[in-house]
Amino acid sequence: MTLWLAIIAVAAGSFALKAAGPALLGDRELPPWSVGVIALLAPALLAALIVVEVLGRRWADLDWTVPVALAAVVVARLLKVPMLLAVLIGVLTAAALRALTG
Amino acid sequence: MSTFKRTLRDVGALGAAMVAVGASFGAISIAYGLPTWAPIAMSTVVFAGGSQFLAAGLLAAGNPIAAVLAGLLLNARHLPFGLTIASTIGGRWRDRLVGSHIMTDEAVAFALAERDPVQRRRIYWLVGTTLFITWNVGTILGVLLGGATGDPDAFGLDAAFPAALIALILPSLRDRVTRLVALAGAVIAVGLTPVLPAGLPVLCALFGLLVLLFPRRFLHGRGGAGPEPAASSADAGASTGSTGSSAATGSSAVDDAGAVTSQATAASAATGSSAATGSSAATGWSAATGWSAVAGSSAEETRC
Repeated sequence: MTLWLAIIAVAAGSFALKAAGPALLGDRELPPWSVGVIALLAPALLAALIVVEVLGRRWADLDWTVPVALAAVVVARLLKVPMLLAVLIGVLTAAALRALTG
Repeated sequence: MSTFKRTLRDVGALGAAMVAVGASFGAISIAYGLPTWAPIAMSTVVFAGGSQFLAAGLLAAGNPIAAVLAGLLLNARHLPFGLTIASTIGGRWRDRLVGSHIMTDEAVAFALAERDPVQRRRIYWLVGTTLFITWNVGTILGVLLGGATGDPDAFGLDAAFPAALIALILPSLRDRVTRLVALAGAVIAVGLTPVLPAGLPVLCALFGLLVLLFPRRFLHGRGGAGPEPAASSADAGASTGSTGSSAATGSSAVDDAGAVTSQATAASAATGSSAATGSSAATGWSAATGWSAVAGSSAEETRC
């Protein structure tokens, strides 16, 4: 029951956040400069999400295979490997390292 | 038109990657001990990758209130995204409702990379619906897989989500200002992680935008050859503050987001006032930075 309520609350709140702009603005435009600032919001938030996700809460969940896997993803992307393949390389790197080191 | 075909291919690749990440979400939720329906319900009604991972972890830890707060805090970025993309979604109420639900980082990124409004609208709906379908298909696969195998970590599935995020933001990091902002955001979040509840450190990463206050010589390297963000934000700085706060009604999560965002924009407006004005720089800068680079460089990649 609590689980249902929590999921519905997240869903309703997320929808409200997503819909606020379209509902209030309709099809009016924001000034173009603000698009530039807003474009910077996502990289800042997502970079933070990655490091927090990898370090874990209270820095306690760090699994060394994950940073190595992420490094493999970065190298793959720099070598212009397609997105899906890069993600798979990351997943397989983590799996292989864990299998090897037990 | 060939640009549109390239975009189609990029969207296909992204959709395929989302199946993998969705599968990792489904499998991880099952491994956390959540019932089968929970991840599937979340992927359908919440439909926001990052907050789903965060909320699932906290729900499994028996902390539903933290799960709701953290999930919403992480999703607060959709408020400014929604403001940006509103005109693209269109004015009809049905479009506004459905278009809002399928809003993701990726859909916004791909759409903003396109200048032409008609094309931009097509791409937004294309990416949004594609990702909605692939994410849900992936979640179901992951639930089945997780139930069958027991330990998704052994297959490295927990690495899929950060891997996809990193693959996604990497192209935008070629831009020096974006890189500095992202780095500052990450450092702030890591520093605050031990002291703040989950979700908040990620939101505080928005203070990373304060690096825009640094001297321009630092922001653009020695030659100052880069485009000038400062000039572009000079003219209309005040008005964002007001959009931000007027939009921030209702729950406290929204209020927080509004405050942080308007502070960040105020910061960039301050940089602007010290620089020469030139609103023509505005479009150039927004095209050169951030998310537009994602679609741009993946197009580049398919060309090779």
